[in-house]
Amino acid sequence: MDILIFMQQMVNGFSLGSMYALIAIGYTMVYGVLRLINFAHGDIMMVGAFLGYTFMEIFGLSFPVTVLLAVVISGLFGMFMDRIAYKPLREAPKISLLITAIGISFFLENAFTVFAGGVPRAFPVPEYMENIFNVAGVTFSVASIMVPIVTLVLLLGILYVLYKTKYGMAIRALSFDIKTVNLMGIDANTIIGLVFALGSGLAAVGGIFWAVNYPSVEPMMGVLVGLKAFAAAVVGGIGSVTGAVLGGFIIGFTEVVVIAFFPEMGGYKDAFAFIFLILVLLFKPTGIMGEDLEKSRF
Amino acid sequence: MMTNNITNDTIFTKQRIINLAIIITAIWFTHFAQVTFDEYTVRIINNVAIFVILAVSYNLINGVTGQFSLEPNGFVAIGAYVTAILLVDAEGMLYQYDIEDPYPWVLALQTNFLWALILSGTISALLALSLSFPVFRVRGDYLAIVTLGFGFIIRILAINSPEITNGSLGINDIPEYSNLYWTGGIAIFTVLAILNIIYSKFGRAMKAVRDDEDAATAMGINTFKVKTLAFTTSAFFEGVGGGLLAALLTSISPDLFTFFLTFQLLIIIVLGGLGSTTGAILGTIFVMAGLEWMRFLDEPMDFMGIQTDAMPGMRMVVFSLILIVVMLFAREGLMGKKELKDLFKKKKANK
Amino acid sequence: MILEVCNITKKFGGVTAIKDTSFSVKSKEIYGLIGPNGAGKTTMFNIITGNYEPTEGSIKFHGQRIDGIKPFKIVHRGIARTFQNIRLFKSMTVLDNILIGFDYQATYSYLEAILRFPRFFKEEKRVRARAFEIMEVLGISEFADELATSLSYGQQRKVEIARALAANPQLLLLDEPAAGMNPQETHELAELFFKIRDEFDITILLIEHDMKFVNKLCDRVMVLDYGKTIFEGDIKDAIKDEEVIKAYLGDFKHA
Repeated sequence: MDILIFMQQMVNGFSLGSMYALIAIGYTMVYGVLRLINFAHGDIMMVGAFLGYTFMEIFGLSFPVTVLLAVVISGLFGMFMDRIAYKPLREAPKISLLITAIGISFFLENAFTVFAGGVPRAFPVPEYMENIFNVAGVTFSVASIMVPIVTLVLLLGILYVLYKTKYGMAIRALSFDIKTVNLMGIDANTIIGLVFALGSGLAAVGGIFWAVNYPSVEPMMGVLVGLKAFAAAVVGGIGSVTGAVLGGFIIGFTEVVVIAFFPEMGGYKDAFAFIFLILVLLFKPTGIMGEDLEKSRF
Repeated sequence: MMTNNITNDTIFTKQRIINLAIIITAIWFTHFAQVTFDEYTVRIINNVAIFVILAVSYNLINGVTGQFSLEPNGFVAIGAYVTAILLVDAEGMLYQYDIEDPYPWVLALQTNFLWALILSGTISALLALSLSFPVFRVRGDYLAIVTLGFGFIIRILAINSPEITNGSLGINDIPEYSNLYWTGGIAIFTVLAILNIIYSKFGRAMKAVRDDEDAATAMGINTFKVKTLAFTTSAFFEGVGGGLLAALLTSISPDLFTFFLTFQLLIIIVLGGLGSTTGAILGTIFVMAGLEWMRFLDEPMDFMGIQTDAMPGMRMVVFSLILIVVMLFAREGLMGKKELKDLFKKKKANK
Repeated sequence: MILEVCNITKKFGGVTAIKDTSFSVKSKEIYGLIGPNGAGKTTMFNIITGNYEPTEGSIKFHGQRIDGIKPFKIVHRGIARTFQNIRLFKSMTVLDNILIGFDYQATYSYLEAILRFPRFFKEEKRVRARAFEIMEVLGISEFADELATSLSYGQQRKVEIARALAANPQLLLLDEPAAGMNPQETHELAELFFKIRDEFDITILLIEHDMKFVNKLCDRVMVLDYGKTIFEGDIKDAIKDEEVIKAYLGDFKHA
């Protein structure tokens, strides 16, 4: 394994890790404010990818416009989902919420299968993305550079919102105590809606990037990715946005690098995220960025 | 005081008589069905019996103990594969295993049906026990994600270990040992076992953990132990159910054990009433009948002159909507948390 | 001394909830932990029951340290509690709620329960008989088969106390047992606690606001204010103490 190939794999790892990170952020934020594992989140990634496909292939829109539209629509969809399915269950036992989330997830997967067909469709990758350029012998495609950069920018954006704006502060406060936020004069439900919007928008970006990199979209594409992204969020420290990104990169890198070094383990690549998850739960349940969200309920 | 003691005794005796009556009827019915009904009907009843086993045990961890878990497809798969490997003889394996040759120890493993089922259950239970440590020791809702991942991993393992499982080709020509005596008999045993657990200190502890985990701890309950017990028990019966399934279908492959199986069971226990064993039984009958009836949705349809194409997956779209609607508007399902006998008790309490 | 609380300090991040507090409870006495809201009383309870670990200091029960021991194990050692906001098990009957307290004491195994071996029936009968004894003392036997949450507030309080008693404690921790009760009810409650103390041979440690109730019931008290002790000793002296009067201006007019 020479240094060039290693560098190549590093780039791929960054790329994959970024996509997991984008989706993991949504999971971690929703868990932070609602203590809910939003099973439908991975499917939002799929929705975003399909929206991307529709706008580019069917409406012929340009890539940047497509991404913008997909993000906005997905964000709204996320808010809508919260409004009609999760909000009515705010006071219900947690298990009801989890079941509803699973129901929505399954619904989305099957609805898209019925109406868009289960056969994967090729995503129309814009030409300039496929341009390869060469730096000191390592080949990069525009896409594989763009993904990590955009992810980092978005991450900084989210962190800015969380730490420098009033809404962000409300989101962070909500992670600790729902009642206090209401006393601050902000409606908790609006904030929760915002969290869903942000998370869903990011997932949509992740979905489109995924479609660009593995150029196909199909209804089940969010299932495995979603699972791994949640594992990433736990590994990085559930509730922490930076943690989610870290976790995403860890899992993305591992998948790429291990397969590069040990190609015979190819069939097991999907198991790594799960293994990391179990290890974290065994040794450091609060994850790498470890905030203990389970404040005592006494 | 004296009256209380007498009531105690009569409660137990009355319960025992009713239970006995129900058991005898069920046993009689099993025999009756096996000899009277045609093959198609018997097959359906076999399926229902197996799903009853899966549903009432899934209900123990999810409904009674209140820990949201998505484990069934994983443990059912394990049970099915264990039984299949133990039942198919060496000759059969050498013939079938096309991707790679089976390992010698895989060829050597051979036993009768009863032992195969017991091992299916036990191995599933042991796996559940090991999962319990990372999951239940920590606070938080990781059980669902871990069990979801577990189901995936089992499938990955099944596909990637052709020397053991024949990979994606699956195992065929499994002897068809499952008949109504086995499935019905084990279903009856499972229901009784689960009910006996629920009406004991263990069941009370499980419900306490569900209702208010912190208060349960404050009363001296070791919540880790209770959750582990429930999870392991569920896994055991799901493994047995998997074994029965293997010997019924005579052919298994990794694609049989996807999340869809878990989702079906989830709908069953939710519709029946999360926490109610009677509900799980009713739910099984209702959902399996419903799924069959709704098959037409997946086929090409003809409404009022408009032809539609086959839409596979439409059934599941409808079912997931039903699940969501039930969760939003009728969370208690059919039976809520009550069992059959609780419906009769109402009259006594009205003074 | 059945319970010794030694130099407990508890910090939550930058906030000091309890500062260097000590007190001891004598066997069979009724001891009160009083003070304004936020003074740290419930936090102290949670430290005793093992839900929080003290930042500094130790707790001794029967001379043995219990800080750092898991909460459910502390119950087995003989300390049981009730909650300020009544946490009964909503899906269960009154009897079942109380039986929970007994469950670690019933000796049958899982297999014996599943297969309904004779030991199951023997232990269940024994435990139920004990549950009824407790219910008689508290006057709630008639509600045995009712859903616990269908009872009135006062009756639910009693169920919670019965449940705690079922755990066979030597020390009973009561978190504001008289909350929400009128003077008639609190009077009856005080009588009930005397009865419980004598019938079950236990020590009671309680958190309360209602000074009249405390005055009637408690032998000794500790008054907390902002996590610090401002008085410890006999109730008769407490009501005369200046610091206490300052913290509780007006409350003593009713005492």
